[in-house]
Amino acid sequence: MSHHPDPNASYLESPAGFWPWLKSWLFTLDHKRIGILYFLGIVFSFGLGGFFAMVIRIELLRPHGLMLTHTQYNQVFTLHGAVMVFLFIIPSIPATIGNFVLPLLLGAKDVAFPRLNLLSFYIYLLGAVLAIFSLFSGAVDTGWTFYTPYSTQTGTAVISMTLAAFVLGFSSILTGINFIVTIHKLRAPGMGWFRIPLFAWATYATSIIQILATPVLAITLVLLILERTLGLGIFDPALGGDPVLFQHFFWFYSHPAVYIMILPAMGVMSEIITTHAQKDIFGYRFVAFSSIAIAVISFLVWGHHMYVSGQSLYANMIFSVLTLLVAIPSAIKVFNWVATLYGGHIHWRVPFLYAMGFIFLFLIGGFTGIILALLSLDVHLHDTYFIVAHFHYVMVGGTVMAFVGALHHWWPKMFGRMYSENWARVAFVLVFLGFNLTFFVQFILGSKGMPRRYHNYLDQFQPLHAFSTFGSWVLGLGFIVMTVYLIHSAFRGKKAPANPWESRTLEWQTASPPTTGNFEGTPTVTGGPYDYPRAGAAAGRNGRPE
Amino acid sequence: MSQVPRKEHHAAHHFDDAVQERDAALLGMWLFIGQELLFFGGLAVLYIVMRLQHPGAFVEGSGHLSWKLGGLNTAFLVVSSMTLGLAIRSAKRDEAGKIVPFLGATFLLALSFLVVKGFEYSEKIHHGLVPGKWFSAIGADPSLHVFFGMYFATTGLHALHVLIGMGLLVWLMLRARRGHFHSGYQTPLDLVNLYWHTVELIWIFLFPALYLVS
Repeated sequence: MSHHPDPNASYLESPAGFWPWLKSWLFTLDHKRIGILYFLGIVFSFGLGGFFAMVIRIELLRPHGLMLTHTQYNQVFTLHGAVMVFLFIIPSIPATIGNFVLPLLLGAKDVAFPRLNLLSFYIYLLGAVLAIFSLFSGAVDTGWTFYTPYSTQTGTAVISMTLAAFVLGFSSILTGINFIVTIHKLRAPGMGWFRIPLFAWATYATSIIQILATPVLAITLVLLILERTLGLGIFDPALGGDPVLFQHFFWFYSHPAVYIMILPAMGVMSEIITTHAQKDIFGYRFVAFSSIAIAVISFLVWGHHMYVSGQSLYANMIFSVLTLLVAIPSAIKVFNWVATLYGGHIHWRVPFLYAMGFIFLFLIGGFTGIILALLSLDVHLHDTYFIVAHFHYVMVGGTVMAFVGALHHWWPKMFGRMYSENWARVAFVLVFLGFNLTFFVQFILGSKGMPRRYHNYLDQFQPLHAFSTFGSWVLGLGFIVMTVYLIHSAFRGKKAPANPWESRTLEWQTASPPTTGNFEGTPTVTGGPYDYPRAGAAAGRNGRPE
Repeated sequence: MSQVPRKEHHAAHHFDDAVQERDAALLGMWLFIGQELLFFGGLAVLYIVMRLQHPGAFVEGSGHLSWKLGGLNTAFLVVSSMTLGLAIRSAKRDEAGKIVPFLGATFLLALSFLVVKGFEYSEKIHHGLVPGKWFSAIGADPSLHVFFGMYFATTGLHALHVLIGMGLLVWLMLRARRGHFHSGYQTPLDLVNLYWHTVELIWIFLFPALYLVS
C-alpha cells in the first residue's frame, strides 16, 4: 500500500510505469476503483454466460440436436445458469454500480470498510477462478439448482462449482454488510433517512437479503459437499436423508436471491426516471418502503418453486397467497414511476430508453409471475419454457435492462467520457427487439407443453425454437455493438461535463470522473434528493409550453 | 511485567471521528453475527427434521456421547468468555499489563476445548462411528449414521469457528503487546468479544441438542 493517491486528483490517475499502475489498481481501497474491478469481472462473466446461451440456442435449432451430446447439452445449460446467476447477475448492480455510486450518492468519502470491500472483490475473484476451474474439470450437469439426489451421484464436477457458489456467497455477504453500515453511518450531514436517494434504499433492502439468505445457501452447499464426499445421510434417501429438504434449503436462499437481482434494478430505475424526467419521484416513501416490503416477503415465498415436489397442499396454498402478495409492492413501484413521468420534462436519452424497456418487460415478467403463483396453472406450466420465458423477462428484461441503463446513466461519471448517443440507440433497439424475439415465443412454446432443459423435442416445436434462436442473434448483435462503442468511448469519447444530465443527486455535483476523495469538503444536504424545479417554473427554460 | 507503550488510535480518513468509526465497526459485527445465526440456523432446521424422521437414532447416538466431556467443554467456553471480558475490562481501566495474560487464558481455554473435542473424535473414529464409508458400527437403530452425520457436521463447523476465534485472539495479543488497547480504544477487542460470545452461544445450543437427548 505504498501508493498514496492525491485526494484531489481524478480517481483514474495512476503513478507512471506499468507495475506501479497495476499495483495501484490491485491494492486500491477506493470504492470507485473496486467498482471498476468488479465491472471487468462481471462483464467477462456475462460474456462467458452469453456464450453458453448462444450454444444452447444454436443446439436447439434442430429437434434432435446439432453438435452436442446429451451430457454436453446438460453441462452447457447448467453452466449458463450457474455463471449468469452467481458470477454475473447477483453481483452485477450492487458490486459495480453500488460500489461506485453508493458512497457518492450519500455524500461519503468511501464505504464503511474499504479493506473489507477489496477483500470481497478478491473472494469474488477466487469464486470465479473455482467456477472456471470447474468448467475444465468435468463441467457440472445438474442444472444451476444442484438438486439432490442427482447432484450427489453424477460424475461431473459438482464440488468445484458448489464450492465456487459458496465462496461467491461470502463475497456477497461482506458487500451487504459494508453497504448497510455505510448507509447507516456515513450519510452526509443533513441527509435524513427520507432524503436518501432511492437507489440507496433499494441497496439497503438488497443487503438485508444478502446477509440473511446467503448463509443458508452456504450451509446447504457445505452439507451437499459433505454428503457427496462422505455420505452423511442428509439429502440422499438411500442413506436415510431427505432430498426435498435440499429443495427447501436451496430455495430459502435462491428465491430471495431473485430479489437480490431485481431490487437494485428497481433502485436504478428511480434514479434514471427522476433525472431524465427532471422531476421529483411520486410517492417517495411508498417507493422506499416497497423495497423493504419486497425484501421481507421474499423470505416467505420459497415454496412456490416446489408446488409439485410433494409438499403439503396447505403449504402450497399458503405459499401461493404469499407469492401473490409480492405483486403489491412491485406494482406500487411501477405505478409511482409512471406517475413520476406525468408533467415531467422527459429527455429521451439512452438511459431513459432502457428505463422504459424495463417497465415494459418487467410488467410482462411480473404478470406471468402471477400466473405461475397460482397453483392450478403452475401445475400445468411447471418446468416448461413458460417458466424459462418468465424468469428471463424478470432477470434479463428487468435486471439486465436496468444494469445496462445504469451503465449508460453513470458512464460519464465513471469514465469521464461520453458515448455515441446514436450508436447507443441502435444497440438499444437491437437488444430490446432481440430479447423479445428470443423469449416471447418461449411463452407460447411452454404453454404448448415444451419442457425446459430437454435436449430433444417434438418436430412441431421446431419453427418456434428456430424463431427464438434467430432472436438470440439479434440480441447478441446488440451487445456486440454496445461493447464496441463503449470501448471506443472509454478511450476516445468526448470529455464529459460534471453533470451532463442536470441531475440533482450528489454524485453529479462533483467532477467527472470524481476525485479520489469524492468531494471537496463534505457536502451538506438541505433538501430531498430529487428537488427539481416544478413543471410550471421550468416551463420556459426548455421551450416547452405550459 | 514490562511497561507497555501506549499507542493512540486515529480514525480512518473516511470517518468523521473515532465514535463514528467505532459505531460502524460494531454495527458491521452485529450484521456478521446475523449471518452466522442464519448459517447455524440451517443446521438447526436440519436437526429438527432429522430428529423427527429418525427419533430412535438420536436417542441411541446421544448415548454414545459423554455428557461429562461435553459439560467440561461447555465450562471451558463459559469461563473463556469471562476471561475475554476481563481483558476488555483491563483495557478500559488502562491496566495494559493484564490484557495479554487474560487473552492468553482465553486462548488456552479455547485450545483445551479443541483438545477435548479431539479426544472425543478419536474415540468415535475408533468405534467406527464416522459416517460414510468408514461407518462400521452396528446400531440398534438402522439410521444411527444419520445422527453421527449431524454430530460431525455441526460440531466440526463449530470447531472451525473456535479455531478462527483462536487466530483472532493471537492477533489481539500481538496488538495488545504493542500498546494498541487502552481506555481510549478497545474496538477490536469488542468485535472479537461479540464473535466469541456467538461461538459460545452456539455451543450452548449444540450441547443439549446432541449430548443430552437420552
